[in-house]
Amino acid sequence: MPVAVAIAMLVVGSVAFHLFSPWWRTPIASNWGSIDSALDVTLWICAAAFVGLNLFLAWTLVKYRHRPEYRGLRHKAHYEPENASLEKRLTFWTAIGIAGMLAPGLAAWGKYVSVPHEATVIEAVGQQWQWSFRYPGPDGVLGAAGVKFVTQDNGLGLDPLDPYGRDDIVVESGDLHLPIGKSVKIVLRSKDVLHDFYVPEFRAKMDLVPGIVTYFWLTPTKTGTFDILCAELCGTGHHAMRGKVVVEDPKAFARWQAQQTSFGQILAEAPPAAMSILIIKANACSTPASWSIR
Amino acid sequence: MATTLADDLRPLHHPHSWVTRYVWSQDHKVIAIQYSCTAIGIGLVALVLSALMRLQLGFPGAFPAIQPDNYLQFVSMHGMIMVVYLLTALLLGGFGNYLIPLMIGARDMVFPFVNMLSYWFYLLSVIVLVAGFFVPGGPTGAGWTLYPPQAISEGTPGHQWGIVTMLVSLAIFVAAFTMGGLNYVTTVLQARTKGMTLMRMPLSVWGIFTASVMGLLAFPALFVAAIMMLFDHLAGTSFFMPTMQSMGAITPTEGGSPLLFQHLFWFFGHPEVYIVALPAFGIVSDLISVHARRNIFGYRMMVWAIVIIGALSFLVWAHHMYVSGMNPYFGFFFATSTLIIAIPTAIKVYNWLLTLWRGDIHLRVPMLFAIAFIFTFIHGGLSGLFLGNVSVDVPLSDTFFVVAHFHMVMGVSPVLVIFGAIYHWYPKIFGRMWNDTLGKVHFWITFLGVYAIFLPMHYLGILGVPRRYYALGETAFIPQSVHLANAWISVAALIVFCAQGLFFFNMIWSLFRGPRADPNPWGAASLEWQTPDTPPAHGNWGAKLPVVYRWAYDYSVPGAARDFIPQTEPRTELGA
Repeated sequence: MPVAVAIAMLVVGSVAFHLFSPWWRTPIASNWGSIDSALDVTLWICAAAFVGLNLFLAWTLVKYRHRPEYRGLRHKAHYEPENASLEKRLTFWTAIGIAGMLAPGLAAWGKYVSVPHEATVIEAVGQQWQWSFRYPGPDGVLGAAGVKFVTQDNGLGLDPLDPYGRDDIVVESGDLHLPIGKSVKIVLRSKDVLHDFYVPEFRAKMDLVPGIVTYFWLTPTKTGTFDILCAELCGTGHHAMRGKVVVEDPKAFARWQAQQTSFGQILAEAPPAAMSILIIKANACSTPASWSIR
Repeated sequence: MATTLADDLRPLHHPHSWVTRYVWSQDHKVIAIQYSCTAIGIGLVALVLSALMRLQLGFPGAFPAIQPDNYLQFVSMHGMIMVVYLLTALLLGGFGNYLIPLMIGARDMVFPFVNMLSYWFYLLSVIVLVAGFFVPGGPTGAGWTLYPPQAISEGTPGHQWGIVTMLVSLAIFVAAFTMGGLNYVTTVLQARTKGMTLMRMPLSVWGIFTASVMGLLAFPALFVAAIMMLFDHLAGTSFFMPTMQSMGAITPTEGGSPLLFQHLFWFFGHPEVYIVALPAFGIVSDLISVHARRNIFGYRMMVWAIVIIGALSFLVWAHHMYVSGMNPYFGFFFATSTLIIAIPTAIKVYNWLLTLWRGDIHLRVPMLFAIAFIFTFIHGGLSGLFLGNVSVDVPLSDTFFVVAHFHMVMGVSPVLVIFGAIYHWYPKIFGRMWNDTLGKVHFWITFLGVYAIFLPMHYLGILGVPRRYYALGETAFIPQSVHLANAWISVAALIVFCAQGLFFFNMIWSLFRGPRADPNPWGAASLEWQTPDTPPAHGNWGAKLPVVYRWAYDYSVPGAARDFIPQTEPRTELGA
């Protein structure tokens, strides 16, 4: 009996916890409302199942608990090996529920994997334990890059011989700035181990995998400054690998962008010795050909 | 039907000394106890590690001895020990060994010597695992998933030797499991007694059998992944290692794929979830049926659900990798296969509920744990639908929601079943009865405690609190209340931690002082309760093997004198 009461109370308690706990999604700051609604649909279907099944459990435990013999009447269990029609009906309704939550989930995923053509490309580079960023510059194309090109003066490893890279804007361990309302494809590259670009308010996230370039896309819908966290264990500094993303109106974004340094400027200011290291690295053929991001 | 009574003619390996009886034993029951004690022993290490993690999370900074590298080592070792060295070993090596021969009416496993070797290899794997705590640099802190490149790169604790002991230990474990698993599968297929058809086997045996088949197919993926990573680490190969930067220098590795490891790992890792879950499903079905005095509802459906879940579980592994950077179009397939697996799983839940429905429910301690399992499993199963539903997983992956989900579904739920199963079979295994009051107190603290621990974690995860963080630090979206919640979760965890002392005291004290148990205290119909001796003697069945005439679930049959009919009772003309 107490266990039936406990189960019922836990159901009530869980619902109350859901309604009154202060913890829920952060206010959304991107276009991924469809992910939030898929979560809501999943939540409602699952909550109905949770409440229904557990209250049935509690009721059964009360109704069919063992009772001592009373006036010669003995409570006895019902013998019924199976009930095919009941099982079929339950299977059918379960399948309906599953389809009901899978549909919005897959629909949202369909959008997640289709990057709009007009999206601008911005690169986020992870390393233990900091974030850096790169913008394509006026030509709209990110130059080739690879970890083999990395030197003291070329922290993101741009190919110094690729003309497309000269106008790229390099933001090493600074803030990421995004103009509001414009779709961006964020391409992700890691210099060392796995990382994951994670801004809770954007909902979207994706791993950074050394050796390949990964991506996701979003459209910021709210101005403000948000924390960038790393969501894939990357060593002892994992919890401290932080960055900031500033979503601002296009004018402010353009002003900020004008103040940044391009890779060409970095090359121009580099002392000749550093420059020769850069070029030697670029010509070294012991490492595989780099992949470029266009 | 397998050859059966001929087994009677085969000479059993008879022990001649204390050493061959209890140490180098080939008796499945002794091996089961060896497996169980070793698994529970190493499980206690994992329990202590979890308490240390909770101290850090609940009271960051209060324990200066816990640094980020220690914390990650606790996380990694806790996870791996719980999943592989405790749950898999205890459910298959422990319960599998004990129950299979007794439930199918065999005298022992078909390969007793290999069975013995299996245990000793397992023990060796545990020793190598524990050695990781004492090597320079300590055990690995790469997370239980051991993802390369960080697992073998600077910046990760234990990247020097801890990862080596871990990988070697896993390889030995897989060898141990293969010996055990082949034995379980062959025994079930070949050594069933007369009349024990496959569709008369108790669901415990079905669960363990299917899990063993799955293990034989899934563990090799882990084995090759471990060997390949060992090569990468010790021989400088590049299976998983791309060109990358480490300590400011470019590594000589090139062309390796970190994602390849993730595929191999989860090709093992997801079936592994069900390797743990299916034996628990089977065992809990038997507990519910016995204590509700009612036949398991929809037995055939239950068997097919186990088999279908086992098969489907090989088609869902990449749902652990939705945001791993693999080709995102995989998401459509794996989300669909993952949600389809929920259907046979839901059928199992319905049938447990329908077994209780119209039953005669005796709320004894094993049954309480079984009921608690139904509750936590419903909770954990449903939260899995969030994570399986690809786009919903994107904001939730790598947050506390994941932690809460998998602890609920494959931590708490199987552990509750294990507790229930130990209370249930203890009188048969040791011939003594445990203390009921202690058992109930243990149940209540454990059940309510774990829910207090894991329910709030789901909400922290929805808020976005990331997992595997040594400290949350100053983060704008995380309010002060989260830190408060973490402190309370830690308090609940420590209470549950201490309450396990009641269980151990009860079990050990009862071993010596518990009252003598009835050979069949619960009135169970399955074969293991019908042995001539309690605890069962070497060879299990005395002079003659039992003959089976009916399924294991003849409870409360109309017209029968008692509310159960043992499987060994011949059918009468009444048909009962």
